[in-house]
Amino acid sequence: MTAGLRRAQTTRRLTVGWQHASRPARLGEHLDLYGPLPSGRHGHPDPRSVIDAVAAAGLTGRGGAGFPTGTKLRAVAGRRGQAVVVANGMESEPASEKDQALLARAPHLVLDGAALAARAVGAQTVHICLDRTRRRQADEMIGAITERWEARLDEAQFLVHELPHRYVSSEETALVRWLNGGEARPTATPPRPYERGVERAPTLVDNVETLAHIGLIARYGPRWFRELGQPDAPGTMLVTTAGAVRQPGVYEIESGTSVGQVLTLADAADVGAVLIGGYFGTWHDPRRVAGLPLTAAGLKAAGAAPGAGVLFALAAGRCGVAETARVLGYLARQSAQQCGPCRFGLPAIATDFAQLAAGRPEGNVLGRLERRLGVIEGRGACRHPDGAVRLAGSALTAFAGDIRAHAAGSPCPAAGRRSLAGLPIPRTEDEWR
Amino acid sequence: MRWRLRIDPTACTGHGLCADLLPERIELDEWGFPVIHGDVPASLAGHARRAVRACPALALRLETKPRETTRRERS
Repeated sequence: MTAGLRRAQTTRRLTVGWQHASRPARLGEHLDLYGPLPSGRHGHPDPRSVIDAVAAAGLTGRGGAGFPTGTKLRAVAGRRGQAVVVANGMESEPASEKDQALLARAPHLVLDGAALAARAVGAQTVHICLDRTRRRQADEMIGAITERWEARLDEAQFLVHELPHRYVSSEETALVRWLNGGEARPTATPPRPYERGVERAPTLVDNVETLAHIGLIARYGPRWFRELGQPDAPGTMLVTTAGAVRQPGVYEIESGTSVGQVLTLADAADVGAVLIGGYFGTWHDPRRVAGLPLTAAGLKAAGAAPGAGVLFALAAGRCGVAETARVLGYLARQSAQQCGPCRFGLPAIATDFAQLAAGRPEGNVLGRLERRLGVIEGRGACRHPDGAVRLAGSALTAFAGDIRAHAAGSPCPAAGRRSLAGLPIPRTEDEWR
Repeated sequence: MRWRLRIDPTACTGHGLCADLLPERIELDEWGFPVIHGDVPASLAGHARRAVRACPALALRLETKPRETTRRERS
């Protein structure tokens, strides 16, 4: 499935020429659009100048964590041993489609960024990690790599990998473990991949959108990048909108665009609640967050984070408790089953929420939930349990009135209805290897 | 010197011996997995080491506080 792309009203950077594109841009088209990659004295950009430009641009990771990309590049470049680059195109967040949209239209922008990142950290190999249930993606990526190979464009070697379709398989330590021949489950840290990753080498793992921005920053410079966005959140970002919106899909927005403006872009209808950041995100009353910028700093006071740029609008009249229960059930099933608090804790809170949703609570379900939500966070190898706890906790606040009614045995009329514009729950159950 | 207990959550299988040996700092959650409360002062360090040695899954570790850890990593 290719994500629908919608016309954004802001300046196009990553999405130039996407309106009419129904296939990936070929190398020639790509170079016509963006120009050649900058070359230094030896025909390739100086590694340090790439890192400096990315750091000066203030680019942050677009995979969800929002870590400064320049800092990460520098950390990997500063380690001993030949580094490795991993491009993370897994996009396992069910409500997110932006990486799929990017890869389906501008694979060369991602590959530019990956080649530049490899150069910057001294890597000869770039592993491109994709979801194996999206077969077309791998075919198209291999096609793009072949074009570059024929043009003798890159020094680095690109390898495409198709990984298991699992929510936590996109976590960076899971990618590294899989590339090392293991299962696509997260590992305990430290060591983080930048310290010891693929074949024990210092490993740079970056989201594909992050890499695409590097491809542009290297061409046009940090000052150009900062012409849009906020001082503390420069540039543009891809967002995915879904739910009670008449124009769902992927938009490129200027960083700092407010939640309300994005909902307007997507032509939101009657919105009862908004989920910010995806399934590790938080629920909010749209009136309270409409004016807040969709940036880490802008959302902090509301207890939210942009994550991978997901905005899901829940139609007024739909039951947020029931929606949350469905997502928590999904997240519990997606646990890697490695850490006790996640393995047992997530099914427990999912069951509590299912009881609430049905309006058939057993015992003091709210007291039990409060205790359970307070004890799980920070106790897994990865952040999966923390994300589920955050979502559940935000539902208790955002839907406080409904929660009380559900706990008292009278659920919303909409709770039992099959959700048409509800949050997407993937059906596929994949293996770990 | 103060110490910090760390659990490797992927190794821990919830035997619960650590909570028996160091109830001052380790409590089990309702599923039998340890929850750590605070750092370990010198007065409890002996008990903490005993808990570490007793863990059948080798999932419990006693580390010096972060500042010392950082210095060790740098050298």
